[in-house]
Amino acid sequence: MQLIRPDINIDFLGKRKIALALSAVVLLASLMLIMFKGLNLGIDFTGGTLVEVRFHQQVKAADIRQALVPAGYGKAVIQEFGSPEEILIRVQNQEGVEASAISTAILDALTDKFGADQVEMRRVEFVGPQVGEELKTAGMMAVFYTLIGILIYVMVRFKLRFALGADAALLHDIIIVVGVFSALQLEFSLSVVAALLTVLGYSLNDTIVVFDRIRENFETNKKKKNPLDEVEVCNQSINQTLTRTLMTSLTTLLVVFSLYFFGGEVIHNFAFALLVGIAVGTYSSIFIASPIMLSLEGKFEMSEEELKELENRP
Amino acid sequence: MQKYAPWKFWLIITVLIGAVMGTAPNVITVPSWWPAPFSQPLNLGLDLKGGIHLVVDVDIEKVISQQVSDNINMIRRSLREEKIRYKKLDSNATQVSVVIKKAADVAKAKKLLHKLLVGYEMKQTDDQTFVFTISESEAKEIKSYAIEQTIEVIRRRVDALGTTEPVIMRQGDRRVLVQIPGYEDSAHAKLIIGQTAQLDFKLVDEKGDLDAAMAGRVPPGDMIAYFADGRPILLKKRTELSGKDVAMARITIDSQSNQPAVSLKFNNQGARKFDRLTKENVKKRFAILLEGVVQSAPVIQERISGGTAQITGSFTTEEARNLAIVLRAGALPAPIKVVEERSIGPSLGQDSIDQGLNSILYGFIAVLLFMLVYYRLFGLFANIALAFNILLIAAAMSMIGATLTLPGIAGIVLTIGMAVDANVLIFERIREEIHNGKTPLAAIDSGYDKAFSTIMDANITTLIAAIVLFQFGSGPIKGFAVTLSVGILASMFTAIVVTRAITYLAYRNKKKIETLSI
Repeated sequence: MQLIRPDINIDFLGKRKIALALSAVVLLASLMLIMFKGLNLGIDFTGGTLVEVRFHQQVKAADIRQALVPAGYGKAVIQEFGSPEEILIRVQNQEGVEASAISTAILDALTDKFGADQVEMRRVEFVGPQVGEELKTAGMMAVFYTLIGILIYVMVRFKLRFALGADAALLHDIIIVVGVFSALQLEFSLSVVAALLTVLGYSLNDTIVVFDRIRENFETNKKKKNPLDEVEVCNQSINQTLTRTLMTSLTTLLVVFSLYFFGGEVIHNFAFALLVGIAVGTYSSIFIASPIMLSLEGKFEMSEEELKELENRP
Repeated sequence: MQKYAPWKFWLIITVLIGAVMGTAPNVITVPSWWPAPFSQPLNLGLDLKGGIHLVVDVDIEKVISQQVSDNINMIRRSLREEKIRYKKLDSNATQVSVVIKKAADVAKAKKLLHKLLVGYEMKQTDDQTFVFTISESEAKEIKSYAIEQTIEVIRRRVDALGTTEPVIMRQGDRRVLVQIPGYEDSAHAKLIIGQTAQLDFKLVDEKGDLDAAMAGRVPPGDMIAYFADGRPILLKKRTELSGKDVAMARITIDSQSNQPAVSLKFNNQGARKFDRLTKENVKKRFAILLEGVVQSAPVIQERISGGTAQITGSFTTEEARNLAIVLRAGALPAPIKVVEERSIGPSLGQDSIDQGLNSILYGFIAVLLFMLVYYRLFGLFANIALAFNILLIAAAMSMIGATLTLPGIAGIVLTIGMAVDANVLIFERIREEIHNGKTPLAAIDSGYDKAFSTIMDANITTLIAAIVLFQFGSGPIKGFAVTLSVGILASMFTAIVVTRAITYLAYRNKKKIETLSI
């Protein structure tokens, strides 16, 4: 079976202006969202307490709230988690309250009201304010270090402009995924950061395959009598790897869908971040990485004449 | 077709046998002769088997300032013994400052202080003033010691909860990670772990004027303490006995009040101290303080030389039992605070395992079908390699003792999708070579050769992301990074080496073939 004809020749780079403009708009929108609407940060980053309980019968949110009022947590965020019996209760850290005791107080209040045999503790997470700050920094540093590590590796294996093209595509992917999380106000937790880093690795994987082919074609092109220009070589390379790019995205998306639908509530957002990231990453390795790399032609490398001149200097 | 080196077949067979043997303990109970490196089943993370995960912060500054203020008492005594008069002697968190009264004493004082304050850096700010600052290395040592002790104490307390295989280890500069698998009652665990269990025996100052002290005129060497109900009492500052002197503590019923109480048995040193205390202070009162709160202040009726005592107070049975546990385990060197908790109930853990396995299964089936439809016979080759790959991941994770977490399962699912990437690269290359006019057999060879460097580059960059993830991640995220890395390495082996071998076996005897089933 073949989805794409082997002699396919789509002029991807001819459309790069449209693609770059489209990406610029989406990027701008994402940045605006992140800045003005902000992210729905999970307790990993804000600090706070999260209690997940399962009731053996369906319980109204109002009743749960009422049970929490005497304990002083009437303002807690109460939401369903996957099914109506499963409830997530979220409380911010408060000044002067021994924060690690909040979960105990909440569970006690619930068992008092509904009976110990009706309420089952599923999960307790508590993150102190200090730790929340640390995780925030660590998350940002992780993304930063990954980008740097990739920049160095690609620079060594290829050239600086390839590395910059790759990093631009990656930054593009991350900003858009974060933008989507802001637009939908999905909870942004530590596992979403892990998903982002995975998207980095994945999207890069795609980009590298294209770059690898570009490099190979540059080499063979040089030996030709009528060499093509760089844009044509890139176009040719993208087309040659197109099937592979789409195939791998497809198989990866298949498993991520499986994760999203069958993996359970706990990793729902993680799987969602992967879904968006892989889709965007596939797009960016075709439409962003190579055009950026091309537009940096001659910016960072010396031309052959300059090299000669350097050698001839006394 | 290129010759395929026989040693590679042997390598594949060896790895296959290893992978099957390493995976086996997860599926069956392996017999006793099974080689040790292969008989370890996968470690399940707390998020899968349920349990309590706490990170506690040790109040290190308090330990150091405590040390400094202890030194102040020692200096005061020594200066007095040597008859050196001082104008000022005080301390803050990390410093001791002394102002000597007479210039004639300075040299002698300097020598004495220098001898006493080991681990401090001395600075003479003017003729008669010395400032000692605790040195960095000394502070570091105190910190390390305090953390070690905290770990020790927490371990003893957690052991008293009767759980199996708790993990208690240092995390970073000043934190301790506590994991108690299979334990549900997080409130109780936090209660037991968090109590400082500072136990002090102090004499009551019977002659002192409590009212005057309450008005602010506390007699020198005295302090005011409070009962749990808020009543004040005037005590001697000096601690006669402390938690360190306790050898054993257990819950008991007080014969007079019929209330739960805690009986103490002192160690040798403690018994001697208690003997002397009771002998010298008959008919006087002493107070038992717990975390600085007076529990009781009984009158010493007679000398007690058996080395036992009893703490009564208004305890419930539960409180008395907890108190006995923490006193037995010893006091923490410094107050601790829970700064992070991630506890999972057993039902959620089981659900996560089920859902995780389901998503692996469905993802796996989807990819198998897809590859088979798209690449036909070569799709089958890739599928065999993929099954091998999963086996290899399971075996490798079991053998290196890695912990499987829910994000780790996600990592395996993701690896399934990405593992076929290498094969997709190779197969597409083969198709391309055929399209460019190569014979099918030559196309196979050059397809593998040309795809190789691409596969390396693509996988190494993903590995970089996985390594950063491992460095930065906490618990479950680390698990994800581990499975992702193991998965990448395993997939490179299966996709390149294994499929190549299968392809070779399938086509080695064919001199010429017209088409490939690809």
